Amino acid sequence: MSGAKEVKGKIRSVENTQKITKAMEMVAASKMRKAQERVEAARPYAEKIRRTIGHLSQANPFSKHPFLEEREIKRVGLIIISTDRGLCGGLNINLFRSAVQQMREYEKQGIGVDVSVVGRKAIAFFRRLTDIKAEVSDLGDNPHLDDLIGSIKVMLDAYSDGGVDKVVLMGNEFVNTMTQRPEARQLLPLEPVEAPELPEHWDYLYEPDPDELLGFILTRYVESQVYRGVVENVACEMAARMVAMKSASDNAGTIIEELELQYNKARQAAITQELSEIVAGASAVS
Amino acid sequence: MKLYIDIVSAEGQIHSGAARMVYAPAMMGEVGIAPRHAPLLTQLKPGQVRVEDLDGEQLSFFVGGGILEVQPHLVTVLSDTAERTADIDEAAAQEAQKRAEEALANADDKVDLEKAQAQLAEAAARLHAVKQLKGTTGN
Repeated sequence: MSGAKEVKGKIRSVENTQKITKAMEMVAASKMRKAQERVEAARPYAEKIRRTIGHLSQANPFSKHPFLEEREIKRVGLIIISTDRGLCGGLNINLFRSAVQQMREYEKQGIGVDVSVVGRKAIAFFRRLTDIKAEVSDLGDNPHLDDLIGSIKVMLDAYSDGGVDKVVLMGNEFVNTMTQRPEARQLLPLEPVEAPELPEHWDYLYEPDPDELLGFILTRYVESQVYRGVVENVACEMAARMVAMKSASDNAGTIIEELELQYNKARQAAITQELSEIVAGASAVS
Repeated sequence: MKLYIDIVSAEGQIHSGAARMVYAPAMMGEVGIAPRHAPLLTQLKPGQVRVEDLDGEQLSFFVGGGILEVQPHLVTVLSDTAERTADIDEAAAQEAQKRAEEALANADDKVDLEKAQAQLAEAAARLHAVKQLKGTTGN
């Protein structure tokens, strides 16, 4: 019976693994729902701030803030959003691959690239490739904007000082539970905001002066975009983990089935052997 | 006469509804907004935004700073999620940069590590100073 016993042990171990992957799948599913809600919750702020920028640029068309101005591109800042933890399928690798591809393209055009990263996976990956300008990690499942400001400010400052001429945000886009797509979104310079219809001539009262306010608002807007990217990436992470864990659980199920077959065969073989031994013994005696 | 008030932060909607009066801690002092106020755009200090709704009830919300936009019948508060000053932002930026630098040096270069540590101490001191300043001014 020794073969059967061994197989039984294997089955038990695979079953334990399956229990873990099943639990992870369910946890990821519920976290994904929460992350999606947070993506939704971030929307009103972005819409309202966009509207305010629209009002402001219409009421005040002559002041050109550097954040709105296109200039010749000599260096690009990339903000790359990844997850802190693994076990989420090809999510990070797909993103990194498209990021590296972009970096190569820029380099071909003689454009330098500065990288700022969010998440432990990206830190580990890009440290080997390039100098990382700023990094944030361990944001947890419920990231807060406050934790992100630092690395965003590094890029904004570089942009204001002329260190970089374009800032691009790279993260995963949540298409649906099964599909997440790497996506690059241009942060700076901002695409012009279409101004809403307003009664012909009017202006705000400003406190303090309009340029300073515009700068403040644009900074907040960029920050909210990065925050949105990070939250969306969490939703992607959870979705990808859910799918990965589901397929792991399914695979464990297949392995268990195979092992069970093997176990039954081994058990049957043992019984048959015992029987034939008994029969042979009996015939030898008589 | 009534006006509509929206209070939102980057992490979600905080309040939305009709109101009679709105009070907010603007940069230059508290402002009270009644319906048909002239268009106004101002930065907010950390403090309370108070909303007097149509039944005369007072609702109060804490904002850590942000932007107040007033249109004749619409008030929008774009709230920061936490208290922020230029100094704290600066410290956060240094922190992020320093983490990258420190990781790069990875402790095998003693000079860099010491520099990073000095920077960390400086950032901490700065943060402390900002906090103390806030404590004395009652914010």
